[in-house]
Amino acid sequence: MSTALQNLVNQPYRHGFVTAIESDVAPKGLNEDTIRMISGKKNEPKWLLDFRLDAYRRWLKMEEPTWSSVKYPKVDFQAISYYSAPKSKPKLDSMDQVDPELLRTYEKLGVPMHERATLAGVAVDVIFDSVSVATTYKAKLAEVGIIFCSISEAVQLHPELVRKYLGTVVPVGDNFFAALNSAVFTDGSFCFIPKGVKCPMDLSTYFRINTQDSGQFERTLIIAEEGASVSYLEGCTAPKFDTNQLHAAVVELVALDRADIKYSTVQNWYAGDENGVGGIYNFVTKRGLCKGVDSRISWTQVETGSAITWKYPSCILQGENSIGEFYSVALTNNHQQADTGTKMVHIGRNTRSTIISKGISAGHSNNSYRGLVRITPKAEGARNYSQCDSMLIGDQCGANTFPYIQVKNHSATVEHEASTSKIGEDQLFYFAQRGVGTEEAVSMIINGFCKTVFQQLPMEFAVEATKLLGLKLEGSVG
Amino acid sequence: MILQDSKTLLEVRGLRATVNGTEILKGIDFTVKAGEVHAIMGPNGSGKSTFAKVLAGHPAYVVTSGEVVYEGRDLLELKPEERARAGVFLAFQYPIEIPGVANSQFLRLTYNSVQRERGNDELDPLEFDDFVREKMKLLEMNPEFLDRSVNEGFSGGEKKRNEILQMALLEPRLAVLDETDSGLDIDALRVIAGGINQLSTKDNATILVTHYQRLLDYIVPDYVHVMDGGRIIKTGGKDLAVELETRGYDWVGEEFAAARVTA
Ligand SMILES: Nc1ncnc2c1ncn2[C@@H]1O[C@H](COP(=O)(O)OP(=O)(O)OP(=O)(O)O)[C@@H](O)[C@H]1O
Ligand SMILES: [Mg+2]
Repeated sequence: MSTALQNLVNQPYRHGFVTAIESDVAPKGLNEDTIRMISGKKNEPKWLLDFRLDAYRRWLKMEEPTWSSVKYPKVDFQAISYYSAPKSKPKLDSMDQVDPELLRTYEKLGVPMHERATLAGVAVDVIFDSVSVATTYKAKLAEVGIIFCSISEAVQLHPELVRKYLGTVVPVGDNFFAALNSAVFTDGSFCFIPKGVKCPMDLSTYFRINTQDSGQFERTLIIAEEGASVSYLEGCTAPKFDTNQLHAAVVELVALDRADIKYSTVQNWYAGDENGVGGIYNFVTKRGLCKGVDSRISWTQVETGSAITWKYPSCILQGENSIGEFYSVALTNNHQQADTGTKMVHIGRNTRSTIISKGISAGHSNNSYRGLVRITPKAEGARNYSQCDSMLIGDQCGANTFPYIQVKNHSATVEHEASTSKIGEDQLFYFAQRGVGTEEAVSMIINGFCKTVFQQLPMEFAVEATKLLGLKLEGSVG
Repeated sequence: MILQDSKTLLEVRGLRATVNGTEILKGIDFTVKAGEVHAIMGPNGSGKSTFAKVLAGHPAYVVTSGEVVYEGRDLLELKPEERARAGVFLAFQYPIEIPGVANSQFLRLTYNSVQRERGNDELDPLEFDDFVREKMKLLEMNPEFLDRSVNEGFSGGEKKRNEILQMALLEPRLAVLDETDSGLDIDALRVIAGGINQLSTKDNATILVTHYQRLLDYIVPDYVHVMDGGRIIKTGGKDLAVELETRGYDWVGEEFAAARVTA
């Protein structure tokens, strides 16, 4: 690879600072007492403690999955602290009481915490290590009956709703990491859009891991009732440590009749340094259930960070005519590994799904798309279209595509297209010969490549994402 | 045209260059003055495209000795994009495809990059659209090529036309056209040659790399050079091209070898 290209893909991580804040950190290690401790700290009802213990007992019997293409040393689950919270806990309804150090952290990250923030029109829930520290615009949303708060708060204030839906999309024993999360999750966002309500603003959660040996196990639950719609954005960063932090989240979405949920992620966890030291292990289970007729769930993700990404946002298309969508850009550089994709499970009649996946690999990284399209026997007239494109920058990186297709109904149509391309020296020379430098050239090629995915993002996020990819790939040239 | 007192645009002295450790250019001397048209001919593999790419600054080619002075500056000191902005243009023998990047967007970016350097105004997408469509008319190019990805799926001739469109947009001072005629049908050759002639002024110069006399009927060269084995072994006027067309290259090589023996 030419030096220009090399410089270009090796941009330093900008969110790698640690906030000096006093934290209440649980001792490392995991057993039933840890779980009782977490549940107790959060003053949880018994059913939730039982839910956690059930998950924990199942988890003990499970094996860490090895079927993906990611490689990493065995995680020592006893070396992780399962609870970390800033000591000065803010009152949840007043921004002014948030620790100023925390506010400064989020300002540095560009996350609007004040309701008069520049990125107006977006309600934000902010998760710092294990706890939610602030949710903005809560009152305004409550006027139309929308509940948007941390899941811990929801457990206290709306236990019946949480109990009704928690674990219905991702059961406690679904997989190794989901079971772990179900046992130890500490916070996350909860969002409930009642019947017929179109959420008047984008809802957003910002996740930040701050403590070195803590894991982050957040749990997000979004419910859109009949005819409701919501657009939800998620952003994540972490400081630079030379050890690996574990992030094992579970996100569950439920869409009832004619409901519409759009879930967008820009993931920029610390990816480790150029030698592959440090970085987040991101093992996430995200799943949406299109329970009602004509419902729609759309996942859009821009994955740029983490040392390891293991993530398959999926849709269970149960309601007749329901629609599942997955739009993804995954960028890996240096020694990052990403194994990401989706599952579209067609159960209802005339269900439709679209998968657009764009993988960009640079450096020594490895980027795999893994996707499953399953058409069950009752899914009369189901349709899927999948397109998986890979782009390689330099010749030390790898890209793989693993599409699994299972069709049990003959009236279904399933289409799959794939391509691999390369940003080569000759393309960059072509740009240069016309007066365009490497940075601008790469950015134009990458943006062209990702266009169909970026178009799915809400405006501000699309701009963010473009800049972020730019940062990851651009730099001083030659 | 050869002009009295016109200034030297490009001066190449003793240029040697390697690729992957193999020496391809073995001492090239070459001078171009403003207003001139030079043709470079020569057998396959003789180093014509290599010479063109070395002038443009392709990173795979390493200059091992010699010098290249362009408008009084050391060209070899400049990065490829700086050379382009300074007015050096290369129409590629094999223009590369850039999937996903719209031609219109690409053309505007290149245009603005060069204009910025010249202290001219940049054009916004709407202004540029009008401007580029005018240029396309001159080259009888269908505007639908603006919406397609750069060169992707273009036929051989269409790619060459797109190269000349870029030349028309960037208005270079030194244009090196590497086999722009190959792949063009008879009508296209006439149109494109017409376009190139229109761009020709007393202040710029053109180097045509070609295998065929046909192009030179339309664009009449002031000098014809024969390259072989990484050297220019003969230079003549436009009649040399006609002679080569009938006699081939062997005799030039023999003459050169004989001259070296006597020297
Ligand atoms: N990247 C490279 N690696 C190895 N050899 C190369 C490379 N580029 C050029 N060469 C070799 O250099 C020699 C000159 O090639 P060049 O393309 O300059 O020839 P040319 O005169 O343009 O030929 P043609 O008329 O066929 O276009 C050839 O033998 C070619 O194989
Ligand atoms: Mg050639």
